[in-house]
Amino acid sequence: MNKIWIVARMTFREAIRRRIVLTGLVLGTLFLIIFSIGFRMIYGAINAEMTEAANAMQRVWQSEAANFFLQVGLYAVAFLSVAMGALLSADTLAGEISSGTIQTIVTKPLRRSEVVLGKWLGFAGLLALYCLLMAGGISLSVFLQTGYTAPNLLTGLSLLYLEALVVMTVSLACSSAMPALATGALVFGLYGLAFIGGWIEQIGAIFRNQTAVQVGIVTSLLIPTEAIWRRASFEMQAPLSAALQMTPFTTISVPSTLMVGYAIVYLLAALWVAINTFQHRDI
Amino acid sequence: MTVAAIETEGLRKVFGDNTAVKGLTLRVAQGEVFGFLGPNGAGKTTSMKMLLGLVAPTSGSASLLGAPIGDRPTLARVGFLPEHFRFQEWLTADEFLQVHGELLGMEIEALKARKGELLERVGLSAFRNKLLRTFSKGMLQRIGLAQALLNHPALVFLDEPTSGLDPVGRRLVRDVIHELRQAGTCVFLNSHLLSEIEVTCDRVAFIRHGEVVRILDLASLDGNRSAVTIRAAGLTPEIVATMSRWGEDIHANGEQLTLTIRNEEHLPEINKYLVAHGARVYAITPERISLEDIFIETVGKDGGL
Repeated sequence: MNKIWIVARMTFREAIRRRIVLTGLVLGTLFLIIFSIGFRMIYGAINAEMTEAANAMQRVWQSEAANFFLQVGLYAVAFLSVAMGALLSADTLAGEISSGTIQTIVTKPLRRSEVVLGKWLGFAGLLALYCLLMAGGISLSVFLQTGYTAPNLLTGLSLLYLEALVVMTVSLACSSAMPALATGALVFGLYGLAFIGGWIEQIGAIFRNQTAVQVGIVTSLLIPTEAIWRRASFEMQAPLSAALQMTPFTTISVPSTLMVGYAIVYLLAALWVAINTFQHRDI
Repeated sequence: MTVAAIETEGLRKVFGDNTAVKGLTLRVAQGEVFGFLGPNGAGKTTSMKMLLGLVAPTSGSASLLGAPIGDRPTLARVGFLPEHFRFQEWLTADEFLQVHGELLGMEIEALKARKGELLERVGLSAFRNKLLRTFSKGMLQRIGLAQALLNHPALVFLDEPTSGLDPVGRRLVRDVIHELRQAGTCVFLNSHLLSEIEVTCDRVAFIRHGEVVRILDLASLDGNRSAVTIRAAGLTPEIVATMSRWGEDIHANGEQLTLTIRNEEHLPEINKYLVAHGARVYAITPERISLEDIFIETVGKDGGL
């Protein structure tokens, strides 16, 4: 455990020294500022149309609108977190093997699995910070401006983090076997498949086309990223839009908790592949 | 028999169609400074990587300090300076040694003292808090060497340790190797800088096409053949002919006579003979046959390609 911790700390320090953290922080803050300004303007416009004595129905519309914009923001954050997860780990093993920096590390008295787990832990920590800054920032911005909080926010944000973790782990596994660019192409390719599969599933569900729903579920098995997002979005959706199925963020075909379990198993399997491949690789 | 520092038996590595190491059988004693010589692509680095557990052998077996290769506790007693010495450039020299010492499982206080000692030894004390990114090739090699010695290893692998160094740096490496030998540390040195090997090593193995073709005790090199140049007046054809008693490749040119003798012990005899037969001897200069000559002779002029 001690050795894993040393590698994790080194991974963290690398991200700081190579200005990955700084870049994420600066652009993330910029994102939050723009989101907040945009939200203020649009929410203000909705409020302006409200009559002075807003009735109960109008209050509902207000929170529905807040929820919609929160989901728009979180959807963007989910994508950014996925990209961050993929980029963080895509070059780590492949790059260190090709440059040779890994040689003095793995010839120390530690297991290769400890190197992989240490890096994974370091990236998981960085991603947690990123998700917290971005998703937490958006939720806070909405709350401060409207007093609105999405239902099951913590569950939703945890699922968003899980999605990023899955992508980071798959990227790490690929990185143990192939160069960074190939890893990136593969991971984003898979993500794209799941993305389009997810939409086919949702639209199929609207028209009650069972085959289309099946297509979506199968692509979710390839990589369950979109399914986790759908689940997160479902957890956080506002009651009215859920009932009326009226926004792009209304989840009609809801991924089951079984799918969340599958995502966790998928993540562990990817981690196992990363360790196993790295263990047997000539360096 | 004491435990060998390195022992290998038919160690072999095949990458696809390419046999990098054909069958390495070798025994290196503890405390020995052992040179591993061979042309580029002869399998030197691959052999070293197999011993360090970086590359898995296709077949054969090997042990370090009595334990099978890849044994983790043993790696805590081994040091390694890789060939291309690329390190975590975003760390400072001090942090770099710190992380590697922690990975070795060193105690905090011992590591702190050892870092200072080694930075001083490799001449980088003034650069202790500088990022490795700003280091020159030679400085990286020095910090890499310090890293290889952190744990007072019983066995050190140095892969081309002087390739990036200027003459001062080379002298430093040579001195460090001498110190290690005095401390009873076994040094396994990959190099094709023969002059370096010649002054630092006890024994050398010549490797070609991934096989040991010859093992040479460098101490025996002194007593071995020497090229002798004799400057003397009155060298008669009879004298020149008699030289074949002691040597071969005899060439006479005026007052100069060159020959290769089998043993330097013959020199006084030759001198006595020359004087007794009326030659006036001005100089007898024996020149040891260099490792380079033996290298070319063993590996071939084509470099084993």
